[in-house]
Amino acid sequence: MSVIPEGWEAVIGIETHVELQTRSKMFCGCRVDFGDEPNTAVCPVCLALPGALPVANEAAIDGIVRIGTALDCTINERSLFYRKNYFYPDLPKNYQISQYTYPVCEHGRIVVDVDGEPTVIGITRVHMEEDTGKSLHMGEGGRIQDADHTLLDFNRAGVPLVEIVTEPDIRTPDQARAYGAELQRIVRTLGVSDARLEEGSMRFDANVSVRRAGTSELGTRTEIKNVNSLRSMQRAIAFEIERQVEVLAAGGTVVQETRHWNEATGRTTAMRSKEESEDYRYFQEPDLLPLSIDERWRNRVKASMPELPAQLRARLVAAGADERTAGLLADSPLLAGLFDAAVRAGAEARTVASWLTGEVVAYARRVGASVGELHLTAEHLVELAAMVAGGELSATAAKQVLTGVLAGEGGPRQVAEAMDLLQISDSGAIEAVVADVVADHPDALEKIRSGDAKPIGFLVGQVMRATGGKADPKMVQEIIRRSAGL
Amino acid sequence: MPVEIDIAKVAALARIALSDEELAAYGAQLGVILEHAERVQALPTDDVEPTSHPLPLVNAFRPDEVWPSLDRDDVLSQAPDTVDGYYRVPQILDGP
Ligand SMILES: [Zn+2]
Repeated sequence: MSVIPEGWEAVIGIETHVELQTRSKMFCGCRVDFGDEPNTAVCPVCLALPGALPVANEAAIDGIVRIGTALDCTINERSLFYRKNYFYPDLPKNYQISQYTYPVCEHGRIVVDVDGEPTVIGITRVHMEEDTGKSLHMGEGGRIQDADHTLLDFNRAGVPLVEIVTEPDIRTPDQARAYGAELQRIVRTLGVSDARLEEGSMRFDANVSVRRAGTSELGTRTEIKNVNSLRSMQRAIAFEIERQVEVLAAGGTVVQETRHWNEATGRTTAMRSKEESEDYRYFQEPDLLPLSIDERWRNRVKASMPELPAQLRARLVAAGADERTAGLLADSPLLAGLFDAAVRAGAEARTVASWLTGEVVAYARRVGASVGELHLTAEHLVELAAMVAGGELSATAAKQVLTGVLAGEGGPRQVAEAMDLLQISDSGAIEAVVADVVADHPDALEKIRSGDAKPIGFLVGQVMRATGGKADPKMVQEIIRRSAGL
Repeated sequence: MPVEIDIAKVAALARIALSDEELAAYGAQLGVILEHAERVQALPTDDVEPTSHPLPLVNAFRPDEVWPSLDRDDVLSQAPDTVDGYYRVPQILDGP
């Protein structure tokens, strides 16, 4: 969708925050639940009351090791927690427990595919930290700039947060979007987070700079915040590239700053911040022991890895789906499961793939149901595919039958009979009709015999009329040719 | 060897208001600590295994179990200002 201005190249890196769906918080036992009344899941640890001490949640550490493993990272044997010091009302301790040197995971990669072109995006690091509280800016528009006061809810403070940082390997807004989508699929497949952008359990910040094509020096970058969907991220990056190129082409300089994406205006604007530059004074968290993720732990996680989206897509393609449908199927574990089971039971892969990504998805959308709520089993697909392969149903009729099955009207044969869509695929019955038709039109048969193929279509039409359209036209044609000695 | 320290910046980062006398006094005290750190830094440590914690322990974990949270009224009773179950704080950014 977006085009980089001629003669320029963009350099993009993405930082992603993912909230882990553990039962309890990162360093205390408060429940992780986002529907709660404000400030009801809080305790001395996550409110930073004096003397409270953090203890790390083992399930969260396991979660980040799973993410790092799925991203092909090195899982560091030793890793350390640090304090990142800054003052902000949503941060009760005035520091965030995070990681600095020695993060849990480093040096990974994700391969994304944009228009059939695979690109490797390096993962610099994946580290463990805790989320902040939630701020509600009160005043016109709910924006921090216009707020006259702010309300704070600390239920989110201390929720396990994983930050995933890429190398500046991304070149286009499309690649950025594809990266975000793939990361979201991976995190969901791992079951460590629901990774919902609109609810903030997955959040992207994009670092963008531009340079003349063919040069290797990095330009001054800006950081874009507040993108709440993959599409927003793509649009925000595209806008920012265009803006920076315009500034530079006019002889200006790009200011290193944080910019806020405004969905309504489709623009990024500089966020006002304090004059002083950030100085987080990281130092090692004295209240927490080092982490040791030994080989046994790493191997246990590796052994428990589910089939990752890229592996699933590759398998679906190998089973006969094309790349695009494989991508669609892989996005839904239910569809992928139905495809798998049906193909394994002998159904033709392309037919099943096209039904699932076509009629089934469309039907679910039309009735506002999820695929899981539909009356569809792999056995249905197998039976339907067999009816098409056996000439009992035309491709068009099969789609009608499928819709009936989805609506809960019964199995494919039952629905086909009820809709009177079954074709005559019994060759004996068709032969008899052909014999009648040919007897009525001996001249047509003569012409075919003498090498004129034109009357074949005419005879097929006559047979179809005689059978009320229920004969399998392919079979009819075959029988006519045969009786003409072709 | 005396160590240069921007004590005013350190105080500003920590949001502590100090008078000129206090800046001088704490600057001198912190300077002594930093000098000590410099002396330690200068020691030959090539043969010493790096440590990140005084105790030879790792992985103090908590199972992922929920414990009861505090009563909200108790919690908010400690706050200078609250609204509808929220803490209320003044404007975060300066006005335009
Ligand atoms: Zn807590």
